[in-house]
Amino acid sequence: MNKKLIDLKNISKSFDGQMVLDDLNLYIRENEFLTLLGPSGCGKTTTLRILGGFETPDTGHVIFDGTDITKLPPNKRQLNTVFQKYALFTHMTIAENIAFGLKIKNKSKAYIDDKIKYALKLVNLDGFENRMPDSLSGGQQQRIAIARAIVNEPKVLLLDEPLGALDLKLRQDMQYELIRLKNELGITFIYVTHDQEEALTMSDTIVVMNQGYIQQIGSPEKIYNEPENAFVADFIGESNIISSTMIEDKLVEILGVKFPCVDTGFGCNQPVDVVIRPEDVLLSSPASGKMKGVVTHLIFKGVHYEMEVTANGFEWLVHSTGMFPVGTEVGIDVDPFNIQIMNKPASEDEEAVGVNE
Amino acid sequence: MIRNTAKKIYIALIFIFLYAPIATLIVLSFNASRTRAKWGGFTLKWYGELFQNEEIMQALFNTLFIALVASVVATIIGTIACISIMNLKRRSRTIVMGITNIPMLNADIVTGISLMLLFISMGLRFGMGTILLSHITFCIPYVILSVMPRMKQLNPHTYEAALDLGAGPVYGFFKVVFPDILPGVLSGFLMAFTMSLDDFIITHFTKGAGVDTLSTKIYTEVKKGIKPEMYALSTIIFVTVLVLLFLVNKAPSEKNKK
Amino acid sequence: MNKKKLLGTPYFIWSAIFIVVPLCMVFYYGLTDKSGAFTLENIISITTAEHSKALWLALVLSLISTLICLLLAYPLAMILCNMNVNQHSFILLIFILPMWMNFLLRTLAWQTLLEKTGVINSMLGFLHLPTLNIINTPYAIVLGMVYNFLPFMVLPIYNSLAKIDGNVINAAKDLGANGLQVFTKITLPLTIPGIISGITMVFIPALTTFVISKLLGGSKVLLIGNVVEEEFTQASNWHLGSGLSIVLMLFIIVNMVISAIFDKDGEGSVL
Repeated sequence: MNKKLIDLKNISKSFDGQMVLDDLNLYIRENEFLTLLGPSGCGKTTTLRILGGFETPDTGHVIFDGTDITKLPPNKRQLNTVFQKYALFTHMTIAENIAFGLKIKNKSKAYIDDKIKYALKLVNLDGFENRMPDSLSGGQQQRIAIARAIVNEPKVLLLDEPLGALDLKLRQDMQYELIRLKNELGITFIYVTHDQEEALTMSDTIVVMNQGYIQQIGSPEKIYNEPENAFVADFIGESNIISSTMIEDKLVEILGVKFPCVDTGFGCNQPVDVVIRPEDVLLSSPASGKMKGVVTHLIFKGVHYEMEVTANGFEWLVHSTGMFPVGTEVGIDVDPFNIQIMNKPASEDEEAVGVNE
Repeated sequence: MIRNTAKKIYIALIFIFLYAPIATLIVLSFNASRTRAKWGGFTLKWYGELFQNEEIMQALFNTLFIALVASVVATIIGTIACISIMNLKRRSRTIVMGITNIPMLNADIVTGISLMLLFISMGLRFGMGTILLSHITFCIPYVILSVMPRMKQLNPHTYEAALDLGAGPVYGFFKVVFPDILPGVLSGFLMAFTMSLDDFIITHFTKGAGVDTLSTKIYTEVKKGIKPEMYALSTIIFVTVLVLLFLVNKAPSEKNKK
Repeated sequence: MNKKKLLGTPYFIWSAIFIVVPLCMVFYYGLTDKSGAFTLENIISITTAEHSKALWLALVLSLISTLICLLLAYPLAMILCNMNVNQHSFILLIFILPMWMNFLLRTLAWQTLLEKTGVINSMLGFLHLPTLNIINTPYAIVLGMVYNFLPFMVLPIYNSLAKIDGNVINAAKDLGANGLQVFTKITLPLTIPGIISGITMVFIPALTTFVISKLLGGSKVLLIGNVVEEEFTQASNWHLGSGLSIVLMLFIIVNMVISAIFDKDGEGSVL
């Protein structure tokens, strides 16, 4: 494991009396691609702006490479930002935009010219030196914004929803591009997005946030397969979240039916939330399932069929390659290791509300 | 901290500079002495005499009448013109907008004398009519320049959608387009009204003998000395506008807070 | 034929009759004598001692006023912009409000303030400071110009400042620029359209004014605007007056061309 590069300690921040970040603790390792993921207003952008130096936290410290930089102004920090909507300097050419940071550091002309060439090549826009930002497409402007940041050789690149303004196809291309860039540059990326797919595709580590709290930190696989609470489960991908009771270790009662599972340590007869991904719901003939239900909706999605099955008063979302027409009686079953048990939210604040995206 | 104080002092100084003459005029309107050089004690008599002074009342009526008619006509012509300008080809649009800009960028004195020469050669009698024509002319650009940006922001498909749903062009315009450009139309109207009200130079060249607005009346009084009733009148106008603006501004600002 | 285009006809006719034709008439009168024969006399008369002096003085005073307006307005606009008054209309209002008090009266009020025994001198005397005797001098005219036209400098600069995306400033800081560098490399260049528009809006009326010089300069100071005005209202020599107006328009055209170069998108407009 690489060493810790940035350490956020007990960060709190409020605007106009409204708490945006509440006692946030987070560390970021060298050479990590870390994504802050959450709905709007969850505090992810504020966290990034505190890292960039555009906001000062009310309490807490930002430690960068062993030094406290909480109060250091942005122009003195060894990190650079790629802004939402790019924030290019419209009165300068592309070359002047890229050279901006280097000129301020009084680098030689030859060095700057070299760097501009290198950066444009890196973002696949060779020959754009003398164009004006307004004449570029959104995707091209985004690449320039990245080029402008990385020529300064920051140890960390902060990216604030950089792909938000692009269309779907371009967004997917840029995701691969960003992964490639990160590998070539060998620096730390801290990425803010509300798009779970973006986060799953690119990150080494995902930090899921909601209402100023960190909900879960982990690798994309862990976040997807083992969500720690209903908010994470609901925000990352589609899922069936069912209020259930943990009978004992490795046995849970879902909608009145007992299912074996693999989780332990939740106690006996405790209320819990259960997450079952739609692709993990197994449909079969009514006789062989643990629970009987009726198909109420059927849509063909290409890779699979999407069905809604009403069983024991719950609408199950099911993805399956097999097709059952509307009105068919089916049996429902779930493999024990596909049942993910989560604690009920401890306090109101942490409750999984406000999923509005 | 020091920087903030310095900023506040700077703003305060500029505001004193901008509003000192206005304060002076308000104070003079309560001055019992007829000359503005001396303070003769507090009085309200000018406010009473103001309404007996027929010349001033007539000038006030003329000023308001001209401002109202000119700005209404300018708003109608200007708004309609905007629809058409939006549909022009790029080149003709540039030419039309260039001509529209002339009265804004040209010196008032040149606009004034050019209109004066036109009216003379047309053989028009100088009076209320010529003043109105001139005021409408310099008011239209203010309307166009404040409606145009709104027009440009307009999503052309909303109008098409209205037509698609069975609205006639006129109905579609008033139901769909007009509400969107209304803020621009209103601010253009207010701008035109204000400009017409405050104009002296163009009126000076295009008015005939016998017709006076407040501006030209004041100008002729400069040598003899301004009648204190005039201070009283402008104080009334200013305070009225201030109160109106305060009321108008208060309503939306409370809405914005939430 | 497109019906929408036809809607503009009233305005197109109106602007042809009341904007284009009158300007042609100024040129016609300016380039002819009383008998109607072509002449350049009216324009050349700008070189006579009296006229060139009036033009020169007007140029000097209006340039000084424009410069003072710019120096006062820029910091003011910056402060207003950072004040978080997110009500754009409020700012506009503060500067337009004085216009509801008649322009002539407002300017005349400065007489009361500036006179030998006026308000300002009484205050200075009370503080045992030297008194200010600038009424009926070019200084008073400059003051009147700055007073009357300052809002026209503040508003376009304020508008172009307000348009700058906060993240553009942040980006510059992020790339290492300090406060001064952000100003010289980002803020100032991005507000050039506003500055140019402000300069136009102040310089033209200041150059051509005859009212301010008459009210605050006594009859001692004659500007080119006064000369033109007198030719039309007193001397009734419209040909000479038009000729001198053509000279004035040359300055206006130069100014328009410059602003067209710097402000292609009409960004710096006041509205």
